[in-house]
Amino acid sequence: MNTLIAAHDLTVSIDGRTLIDQVSFSVPAGEIVTIIGPNGGGKTTLLKALLGLIKTDRGRVERAPKLTLGYMPQKLAIDRALPLTARRFIRLSGRIESGTAQRVGEECDITHLLDRDMSVLSGGEIQRVLLARSLAHDPDLLVLDEPAQGMDVTGQAALFELLARIRDRRGCSVLMVSHDLHLVMRGTDRVICLNGHICCTGGPEEVRVDPAFAELFGARAADQLALYHHHHDHTHDDDGSVVPLEGHGHHGHEHHGHDHGHGGAP
Amino acid sequence: MDDFLLRALLAGLGVAAVAGPLGCFVVWRRMAYFGDTLAHASLLGVALGLMTEVGTTVGIALVCVAVALALANLRQVSTIASDTMLGILSHGTLAVGLVVIGTLETVRVDLLSYLFGDILAVTWADLALVYGGGALLLLVLMKIWRAMLAITVHEELAAVEGVRTGWARLVYTLMVALVIAVGMKVVGIILITSMLIIPAAAARRFARTPESMALLASLFGVFAVLLGLGGSMRYDMPSGPAIVAAAFGLFVITGIVAHIRMALKSRTEA
Repeated sequence: MNTLIAAHDLTVSIDGRTLIDQVSFSVPAGEIVTIIGPNGGGKTTLLKALLGLIKTDRGRVERAPKLTLGYMPQKLAIDRALPLTARRFIRLSGRIESGTAQRVGEECDITHLLDRDMSVLSGGEIQRVLLARSLAHDPDLLVLDEPAQGMDVTGQAALFELLARIRDRRGCSVLMVSHDLHLVMRGTDRVICLNGHICCTGGPEEVRVDPAFAELFGARAADQLALYHHHHDHTHDDDGSVVPLEGHGHHGHEHHGHDHGHGGAP
Repeated sequence: MDDFLLRALLAGLGVAAVAGPLGCFVVWRRMAYFGDTLAHASLLGVALGLMTEVGTTVGIALVCVAVALALANLRQVSTIASDTMLGILSHGTLAVGLVVIGTLETVRVDLLSYLFGDILAVTWADLALVYGGGALLLLVLMKIWRAMLAITVHEELAAVEGVRTGWARLVYTLMVALVIAVGMKVVGIILITSMLIIPAAAARRFARTPESMALLASLFGVFAVLLGLGGSMRYDMPSGPAIVAAAFGLFVITGIVAHIRMALKSRTEA
């Protein structure tokens, strides 16, 4: 399978605090990869490092040649003093053909919003407009930072369905950050649990039974998703560093790319 | 019309036309205080320009860029909020500028004309600067218009989409500095920011696109210059403040008009 973008040992620290530590993973063509993790776990930092928006201390990002990216940022704060219709907002993405805004608008079910001012749109509507803009250049890879934030459950479900449809129709990959476990688990091919480092990774079925997952999201959240528990092989101390559990021997499964050899934050 | 009146009128109209679109970005990017800081810092630029004989315009451009770069870097390393930082740089550079000008023995400087403008003393050379610089500014602005709008809406999104954000911001800062340099003659350092933000803010009420707002801002600015200069001639008022007062009056009147229009609209819809 072709790899579109890959991180190799990415480390980012700001003011002496390590936000992400030696993170390696890749996004294969056609897959939906979701990064989940607690607040402050470095999800957005990882996306920004991949996009080249922040400096990395170590490691590198590898992109497939001629990769076209679509990006949907977490927050959009347009001053109300700027009169801007949704159509114009989409067309700000660069040199695109005149019919493109209409086409991506249809794809995201927002044609009725295209001629409204951005300042009157609701949070959910803005998310869809952002998604439409990210499609304007026919990207090979969509990078979405919390695409369903500020939406009610119905809106979230509809958005994830829309994402799946877009992926199926276009055959593009999706790399997104999310904190809604249920929806993520349904609509994704691969999950990466991030808390400074990669705690566990694999298919949704694999990850939901991983002890590191229960550790990250608490027993209750994990119980709702997991069918069974098994022994942890490491835990986290207060600042998120990995502390190996003493006397652990047997480990029930091995995930692809599981990062258990990790030595903890410096 | 007397020659000096004609020159004053032409200078005022030229500055207003350029200040409209640039001022829209000041309003959209919530940079009113930043503009004020650059304006105050430009007095230091005047002082350095006179002292080193590189000329006031070059001096202003250099000091404005230095202040903008300092702000961008200080924002990242400092624990002080950026509005405090702006206040420090704004008044710090103004004070240093005043001190330096005070020590210039070789040059006689009419401080008041820098602070409040001296539009009636505009020379043909000044006019050439206003229209030459103004035409250049508008050309550059048209060239980077979409990039600037994209950055204004979301800087990181624009960067991912290929806009060279640092470059565009530098060009924009230089343009604001240049407007201040040429606008200083008309309304002075203290009031120049108002020529950027008042017409733009008034234009917002009637604009549906960024471009129409920019155009309207120019028109409102031009109208304010006509009103202000007219009043200044007729009633012997100081011309710089008269222009800004006219812009302020326009802002209030357009506000009332927009309010009434909205009330009527909601009544007919109800």
